[in-house]
Amino acid sequence: MEGNTETNLTMSGADAILRVLEEQGVEVIFGYPGGAILPIYDSLFKSNSIKHILVRHEQAAVHAAEGYARSTGKVGVVLVTSGPGATNAVTGLTDALMDSVPIVCLSGQVPTHLIGNDAFQEADTTGITRPCTKHNYLVKESEKLCSTLHEAFHVARSGRPGPVVVDLPKDIQLSECIYISRQDRHGRRYKPIINPDKSKIIEVAKLLVNAKKPIIYGGGGIINSGPEASNLLRELVDLVEIPTTLTLMGLGALPHDNKFFLGMLGMHGTYEANLSMYNCDVMLNIGARFDDRITGNLKEFSPNSKKIHIDIDPSSINKSVPVDIPIISDAGSALKELIYELKKLKFKDSENRIGVWLTQIDEWRSKKCLDFNQTGKIIKPQYAIKRLFEKTKNIETFITTEVGQHQMWAAQYYGFSKPNRWMTSGGLGTMGYGLPSAMGVQIAHPEKLVIDISGEASFLMNMQELSTLKQYKLPVKVFIINNQWMGMVRQWQQLIHGGRYSESYTDSLPDFKSLAESFGLEGLRAENVDQLDDVIDQMMASKSAVLCDIQVAKEENCFPMIPSGAAHYDMLLGPEDKQNKKVSKDGLALV
Amino acid sequence: MSQNQEIRCTLSVLVDNEPGVLARVIGLFSGRGYNIESLTVAEIDTKVSISRISIVTCGTPMVIEQIKAQLRRLVPVHDVDDLSDNSVHVERELALVKIVNTGSNRIEALRIAQSFRAHTVDSTLDSFVFEITGTSSKLAAFINLMKAIGDVEIARSGVCAMSRGKISKLKQRDDML
Ligand SMILES: Cc1ncc(C[n+]2csc(CCOP(=O)(O)OP(=O)(O)O)c2C)c(N)n1
Ligand SMILES: [Mg+2]
Repeated sequence: MEGNTETNLTMSGADAILRVLEEQGVEVIFGYPGGAILPIYDSLFKSNSIKHILVRHEQAAVHAAEGYARSTGKVGVVLVTSGPGATNAVTGLTDALMDSVPIVCLSGQVPTHLIGNDAFQEADTTGITRPCTKHNYLVKESEKLCSTLHEAFHVARSGRPGPVVVDLPKDIQLSECIYISRQDRHGRRYKPIINPDKSKIIEVAKLLVNAKKPIIYGGGGIINSGPEASNLLRELVDLVEIPTTLTLMGLGALPHDNKFFLGMLGMHGTYEANLSMYNCDVMLNIGARFDDRITGNLKEFSPNSKKIHIDIDPSSINKSVPVDIPIISDAGSALKELIYELKKLKFKDSENRIGVWLTQIDEWRSKKCLDFNQTGKIIKPQYAIKRLFEKTKNIETFITTEVGQHQMWAAQYYGFSKPNRWMTSGGLGTMGYGLPSAMGVQIAHPEKLVIDISGEASFLMNMQELSTLKQYKLPVKVFIINNQWMGMVRQWQQLIHGGRYSESYTDSLPDFKSLAESFGLEGLRAENVDQLDDVIDQMMASKSAVLCDIQVAKEENCFPMIPSGAAHYDMLLGPEDKQNKKVSKDGLALV
Repeated sequence: MSQNQEIRCTLSVLVDNEPGVLARVIGLFSGRGYNIESLTVAEIDTKVSISRISIVTCGTPMVIEQIKAQLRRLVPVHDVDDLSDNSVHVERELALVKIVNTGSNRIEALRIAQSFRAHTVDSTLDSFVFEITGTSSKLAAFINLMKAIGDVEIARSGVCAMSRGKISKLKQRDDML
């Protein structure tokens, strides 16, 4: 330990906690009070440097912090009480872990002398959250309080980001403690590798320009690396002119209208993206993790390609798909090195280098796998999202989603041009993520248009947050694709379970318009296609939060689809496609 | 060697001796469905609070690589050494073996203990407690013989292991601080 520059600055634990937050650049925290966290709330009352957003459920606090973090690149901070406060946060923490979102969650805890006694509102928070956090701490000595908190921020934001819980017994919050600043903190552990092995990058550069059927497959690691990494990806793609696909988490890393963009890949990805993955000879994976939604049947995943995997998390490499060139690195720094090396090489333009491949891909593209017919008065969900995109594309818009068909349609039909504009629950698939997440995004970007593309069933999971929107005058727009079904569940039941629609109808829905009004917000409804544009216009013009009930075709399915357990070439392109292909027995067991 | 064949592997893991660290390691194994054949842990440097965990596990080469990568990802883990990598390492385990018997079997027990270089750490008129150290297979052989000649109770420590030759790189503590 180095000397403490501000010698003997003593204060209460709670004050010290807030001071750490200030020093770490925290401007806003999302929380909910309770007995075990009251000293921190007391300190908050006296300080005005940090804004506190009072959510209506602790799960929403974490999702809001996630939205805040993912749209800004900063650490999102959450404050909850012990016991039920902490357990309510668990879904959010797991969500943040799966999607690599930097979160610091401070939880109150019963005083140290009561720990283990089944005290009122005691829960083993570090025990419960150990598997759903990147790391967690129980602070038992006030001397360790400040250093622990500083380390928590360091761990949350470095390497592959993730959620960190710091459990704070009430007596520690009340104890006297000596403040320790960020630079004086004890302990300097956790130093992830962020720069690539140069020799491997040189090898990759050569492979890329000599490949006959190359593809770049980018993921959330590019987004997490910061906006510069997305600029570099675009530079790389423009330089080597290689077809590029992005995962659900990576959307926005390359502008949707880039000539070489193939759209999203995976279970509901485009025909051209998935077939290119299957047929390529060199695959460059940057910041994606060969997730099962992406690979489909592992045995038949891109059988003839040389695979390069750049990832900041060594445990993501060779986890499910063995790769030829593993590179541990931050996406941005690897991209930078790669571009640098490529510029030293001489290579022909894409037409002369990989012309045959590009022609082949164009042929796949010409299937127009995302085409749909908007006929009649009933709004097609795809059309609703397409119109939403058309009307908002020229203003800076942030999109969050819930989970289900609407989420996939949003990914397919909303085009993203920049990173950090798309917040969706990818890894955990958490219904109820979108509304609180949008709240966090709006807090970070008060002047911007923030839309939660929602499903009626998902919306009900965190709709209490309408009250938060009202309280803080957050003009979040909720665009409910209301098909009166848990559409994604219904789709699986239709395609895989013989049309036995077990418990997937969303019965007894509220009147969303009056629901919004009862919270003092605006409600709009579109019942047919003629009303859709008006509703979008009114929604955009409103200064208030708006709940739009977009009543869409009830039984539309989301295509293309690779049924679980199938290979990339085994896509269902539309409703006519379903009879020929049976889901395998192994596939049935997959989710 | 086939990629699907399971191999046995001994890992030596240096960790900060802090609350929860063992739970983190064990939770990683159970949560991800890895095997633990044996696990031992004790603090080896009280000044800087470092513990060594020795883990014997098995899995396909890809799973073993995953285990190592997952362990290295834990914040309090400083070093993960795969001792089976170059197989030049030593492994020892300690067992306490209590045997209850009488007559000639009692003498036989002592004789076997002697040939295995086990120490008698306790005796009563109808029992012995032997302490034996060695490889896990030597311990197993000894225990099997004992079981044939009496009622047996066993406590085993699990495997303790380290590499041969030069001091392995416990990274400078300064670097970790
Ligand atoms: C918390 C949670 N519970 C259950 C599920 C399983 N699930 C996935 S999609 C879905 C239906 C979502 O329905 P809705 O929000 O109306 O969206 P739609 O598919 O109709 O667009 C369900 C139940 C989930 N993802 N999250
Ligand atoms: Mg629905």
